[in-house]
Amino acid sequence: MTVARKINALHFGILLFLLICFFTLPAYHVGALSRIMVLAIYAIGLNILFGYTGLLSLGHAMFFAAGMYGLGLSIKFLGVSVVLAFGIGILSAAVLSALVGLLALRTAGVSFMIVTLMFAQTVYLVVLYFGEFTRGDEGFVLQQAERMLAGFDVTTEAGRYFVAFGAFSICLIGFSALVQSSFGKRLVAIRENEERARMLGYDVWRYKLLAVIISGTVSGAAGALYALLFGYVGATFASVQYSILPLLWVLLGGAGTTIGPLIGVAFMFYLIDASSAYTSAYMLIAGLALVVLTMFAPRGIAGILRTKVSPWLP
Amino acid sequence: MAAVTLLETKGLTKTYGGLQANTDIDFILKKGLVTALIGPNGAGKSTFVGMLSGRTAATSGRVIFEGRDISQLPAHKRIQLGLAYTFQITSIFTGLTVHENVALAAARTVSADGNTLNAKVHQTLNQVGIADRADQTAGDLSYGHQRLLEIAMGLAQEPRLFILDEPTQGLAETEINDFIALIRSLAGRTTILLIEHNMKVVMATADHIAVLDQGMMLAEGTPAEISANASVQAAYLGKTVDA
Ligand SMILES: Nc1ncnc2c1ncn2[C@@H]1O[C@H](COP(=O)(O)OP(=O)(O)OP(=O)(O)O)[C@@H](O)[C@H]1O
Ligand SMILES: [Mg+2]
Repeated sequence: MTVARKINALHFGILLFLLICFFTLPAYHVGALSRIMVLAIYAIGLNILFGYTGLLSLGHAMFFAAGMYGLGLSIKFLGVSVVLAFGIGILSAAVLSALVGLLALRTAGVSFMIVTLMFAQTVYLVVLYFGEFTRGDEGFVLQQAERMLAGFDVTTEAGRYFVAFGAFSICLIGFSALVQSSFGKRLVAIRENEERARMLGYDVWRYKLLAVIISGTVSGAAGALYALLFGYVGATFASVQYSILPLLWVLLGGAGTTIGPLIGVAFMFYLIDASSAYTSAYMLIAGLALVVLTMFAPRGIAGILRTKVSPWLP
Repeated sequence: MAAVTLLETKGLTKTYGGLQANTDIDFILKKGLVTALIGPNGAGKSTFVGMLSGRTAATSGRVIFEGRDISQLPAHKRIQLGLAYTFQITSIFTGLTVHENVALAAARTVSADGNTLNAKVHQTLNQVGIADRADQTAGDLSYGHQRLLEIAMGLAQEPRLFILDEPTQGLAETEINDFIALIRSLAGRTTILLIEHNMKVVMATADHIAVLDQGMMLAEGTPAEISANASVQAAYLGKTVDA
């Protein structure tokens, strides 16, 4: 098998597995997997920027929130269709990421981290400031009637699962194509050695800006989808916690791998799930597990697979 | 043919704080020739070629490439015009394979089609003699092979002007001989500006030699003229010819 075939087989295998899960697993896990897939899209978004381009953003919650509020507010106040609201959500994230990219890319390294963190904090404060519309921390609920996706009810277990599955499939396949394309390889080149990439004639700044926009837009799509499928829009999703979480998922699953984001989200979800069954201090157990994994597998779970089993992992 | 000017500098100057690294350099590079740029350590050679490639911003002065003033162009645009640059301190993608390194260098000029690109990569690796290592991680290569990889990355761009900053530093004797042969095989097909401390390499490859000393162009001429030049010997040759 050629490498490209192996990669396709892996991705389709994962999608097939997720499909089988729906028909075989109890409702609890089906619900959990819907959420995991949506959050994995969010992690994919961050991974494009952090894992492949080497730019660490500490403010991705602002893009997630842009998608979430773009969809939520336009349904609530403009009464537009879900499809249009989804488009508005994605567009909001795209515009925000272009603006943030243009400004934040004047910096690099630690300054870039801090600038993205500050921008995200600004977005969070803006959400709170316009509490009259956003209902701040308390948030607001999207009613079942408001959540018909082109006549399709996404509030049922099956509806939710299949929309999440469909969106995740598109993202995984698109993401895989992106990182194997010459564009994706140039992002990796910039991550590996920016100066060399520039001195090969690549417009590093332009590639980085595109990476920020793609990354922010994908994260925003995840935010919009989350609001749609789970019917809730709240400021927590714009808080710093939601900037750190995708970073943990990506690190755990394996930064710079296509399957890492899904693995990371699923791993963390079930880790917290399992430990909360034993103790109320479940975050402590989860935290310890994270520390152990980071110490012994700094490249994450998919990173181990790549070094030990299958070096061709994209 | 030797009369055509490929690149010209006018009053090129670089100051680092109070230090004049390059002072008012007027220089003409002829098309199709191998020009060696020599001079003692700290003379300002890397600074000079850095300003040609755009890697280092000039304090003042102009760079004209193929009749066009490129002084204001950022580095990547200059590279796109056909300059290629190999670093004095090896700069490769250590985490990627040898093949991927060269593919990234070639991809900008070779058509995106995978087969053409692979053929180009293979051919270039053959030229420098590391084709058998195509699938190794670049960071695992020996120092000498990393230097050769960096040269391959320059070649793969099919540059109109190929700038090499001390390419033979750290190469073994046989590799140096191969390098000489490689440069000779390129002679006439592209223009080469070679910074080199190894006088054997200079004498074996250069059509023209420029000597930089304390940031100023001390002398220029054919290898024979430069060897005979007393001030060059005082500044440079006398000290390091056997080093
Ligand atoms: N980034 C910098 N900041 C300050 N000074 C610098 C910088 N780069 C070079 N210099 C100084 O400029 C002078 C010229 O340096 P340059 O590297 O151009 O010399 P060189 O001829 O390439 O030397 P070598 O043969 O050792 O490579 C030196 O005195 C050096 O210390
Ligand atoms: Mg130097």
